[in-house]
Amino acid sequence: MTEPLLSVRDLNAWYGESHALHGIDLDVHQGETVTLLGRNGVGKTTALRSIVGIIRKRSGSIRFDGKDMLRVPLHRTARHGIGYVPEERGIFSTLTVEENLTLPPVIAKGGMTLAEIYQLFPNLEERRKSPGTKLSGGEQQMLAMARILRTGAKLLLLDEPTEGLAPVIIQRIGEVLQTLKQRGMTILLVEQNFRFASKVADRFYVVDHGKVIDSFDVADLPGRMTMLNEALGV
Amino acid sequence: MNSQVNVTPTTKRPLLRLETVLILIGVAALALAPFYFYPIFLMKVLCFALFACAFNLLLGYTGILSFGHAAFFGGAAYFTAHAVKEWGLPPELGILVGVAGAAFLGLIIGFLAIRRQGIYSTMITLALSQMFFFFCLQAPFTHGEDGIQNVPRGHLLGFIDLQEPLYMYFFVLSVFLAGMLLIWRVINSPYGMILRSIRENENRAISLGYSVSRYKLGAFVMSAALAGLAGGLKALVFQFATLTDVSWQMSGEVVLMTLLGGIGTLVGPIFGAALVTSLGNYFATSELPVTLVTGIIFMVCVLVFRRGMIGELYASRLGKKLERRAED
Amino acid sequence: MTTIFDVPIQAFLGQLLIGLINGSFYAMLSLGLAIIFGMLKIINFAHGAQYMIGAFAGYLLLATLGIGYWPALILAPIIVGLCSAVIERLALSRLYNLDHLYSLLFTFGLALALEGAFRYFYGSSGQPYAVPKELAGGYNLGFMFLPKYRAWVVLASLVICIASWLLIEKTKLGAYLRAATENPTLVRTFGINVPLLLTFTYGMGAALAGLAGMLAAPIYQVSPLMGSNLIIVVFAVVVVGGMGSILGAIITGYMLGILEGLTKVFYPEASNIVIFVIMAIMLLVRPAGLMGRDA
Repeated sequence: MTEPLLSVRDLNAWYGESHALHGIDLDVHQGETVTLLGRNGVGKTTALRSIVGIIRKRSGSIRFDGKDMLRVPLHRTARHGIGYVPEERGIFSTLTVEENLTLPPVIAKGGMTLAEIYQLFPNLEERRKSPGTKLSGGEQQMLAMARILRTGAKLLLLDEPTEGLAPVIIQRIGEVLQTLKQRGMTILLVEQNFRFASKVADRFYVVDHGKVIDSFDVADLPGRMTMLNEALGV
Repeated sequence: MNSQVNVTPTTKRPLLRLETVLILIGVAALALAPFYFYPIFLMKVLCFALFACAFNLLLGYTGILSFGHAAFFGGAAYFTAHAVKEWGLPPELGILVGVAGAAFLGLIIGFLAIRRQGIYSTMITLALSQMFFFFCLQAPFTHGEDGIQNVPRGHLLGFIDLQEPLYMYFFVLSVFLAGMLLIWRVINSPYGMILRSIRENENRAISLGYSVSRYKLGAFVMSAALAGLAGGLKALVFQFATLTDVSWQMSGEVVLMTLLGGIGTLVGPIFGAALVTSLGNYFATSELPVTLVTGIIFMVCVLVFRRGMIGELYASRLGKKLERRAED
Repeated sequence: MTTIFDVPIQAFLGQLLIGLINGSFYAMLSLGLAIIFGMLKIINFAHGAQYMIGAFAGYLLLATLGIGYWPALILAPIIVGLCSAVIERLALSRLYNLDHLYSLLFTFGLALALEGAFRYFYGSSGQPYAVPKELAGGYNLGFMFLPKYRAWVVLASLVICIASWLLIEKTKLGAYLRAATENPTLVRTFGINVPLLLTFTYGMGAALAGLAGMLAAPIYQVSPLMGSNLIIVVFAVVVVGGMGSILGAIITGYMLGILEGLTKVFYPEASNIVIFVIMAIMLLVRPAGLMGRDA
């Protein structure tokens, strides 16, 4: 079996004095879509932020594309091919939609061109001169994802893309992720909505109290529903 | 302001026995000092020490950085000088005039400054005090660049001749101690506790229902009045009031004194004032300009010595030992 | 002789011109301050000193290397910008995650030290700097005499302000700056070296101050005190214009310069405080400033 694109071992992380991650182990293989499931506050977002490097107080190992990422400064992780879409989306209000879209520099070949992106997201093209935050929540989520797609990133870290969005938009996002999967994108997704996740993910990790407590393939999902209902308190 | 400022945490607690002893020793030392050191120098230190402690009330305990405190200090110097020289008031009333004037200025500047928060507030104090500077430059009663000279010290309570250096010294010392006592009482009162909570987390204080603006304004006026007390005293000590006293450089100096001594400590600014005044005296005779040295000290302090002398003391092992003793 | 409100028209226009020139400097300096404040969230007290050093750089380039006005116009800002960028890198950047009061105090100390150093070497009085011969003389417009250099200053400052505004609002680099102002961490995840961007911004702001100093040299004397007298007025301009707003800084700078000039005609005693009075009024009526965003 080839080495996973992303391999995390015994990842511990701290916010100041507070110990937030207690040893996360996970793998994401090229082309896979892996989802981290778990209740609020268990460390899913912290895990993503630790992997991309926003949280600096970390220990353990993070290997991406064969390279050790722990010592890489934050502004270099993108150059290695990691793209990050935060929970709050982070659309800049002082930039237009198009400026937002073209802000992250292209770091590798294989990213979508602006034309391709506008084809996938026609309403972004319509609004491209508007200030970024004048878009609806769903459109902002599309924009936040689209700008990473332009860069040629190999791994997409997506934090709660469907949070707070209407079912129709959620469906649209699911379609977008399917398109990305077809193009071979590797995705690490954090989601509380596991019904959504079950439609796009290949594998799942369940996180609790800063550790991975379970992992399974999507095929095993039906058998896990009772356990998940308990663990996620949904 | 947030708690990222290196303010020495000051919890309300009764004085340790050790601290009480140290304070008594300090007061005794101050009482004996004029027999060993030049009284004018000592009085200068006491005036600036009071000025710095007044400033610290606003910065270290309420969390407001005023970059225009010279307006209160120098303004009171002018008011007192004028009252004593032109109106013939006795020194105690002259000082009262200075304090009242400074408090009034504090009310106006404070009211405008607290319309904004944080760094904006500081800029406002700077600009308004500069406005006052220009007013002093042009107003007839200040005599512009010459300042008010030959201010008579007069007779305290009608019979104590303040022209005598020792009498003047003990007058200044008493006023200084009274001012420090007042500050200490305020800091440890419920009012002072609320001020500190505003410094720690203003939004939380607001959500707790405190009328934060009123507390801030009150602190401003108090700080201005006490700075005015120091300024009025200074006018009598040196017997003149000049534009230097209301300049922004003076505002900067008091910040430096407090920073060097320890923001948020009760006695820190006293040591800061002593150090800065001594340095000023030392460099007055040397070729090196004082502003160059002051500027460098400022930069170094901000980079590596933010807690100030007394702050470092409390944070050091000696200080921690004292804390532990207190908890026993 | 024609008069306007009982003032001879020559005097009126003369003061208006002086006001416009002062306004040009207020605009350029508050522009630099607003850029630095917007990105770094620090009040650059050393801005006045950087202005002063720009002028001195021009003076020294001429006095020691014989380099004249036009090359100095490019060299002086670069010198000031580079030195300031170094200071930012080595010292100032360590203070960003602390309370803003420390960076204010640091730049204040820097201003004092720089002013003190120059005063030590050059004394408090000014050194003269000649108007370049291409810009000597003036135009006789009939109702007033317009010195060429003054006109040049106003024109140059307009160009500089507009160019800066375009750089920030319309270019890619400007987009990076604007985004980094809003959310520096996220911008770093995109692969942009935000700390370097901050250094560049501080250097650029300082260079703008240095350029203003270079323009000022032939008008005001080159003196170590020229910055400190100016800087507090510029602070007031920035407060009135809205502290993060570049357009606000530019417009307010010109407006207040002209207003100051007009005040000098009709009520000269108030001319140095009129800006502060307006600032006080603005604070009562609209604390965010003319174009400020946060309140």
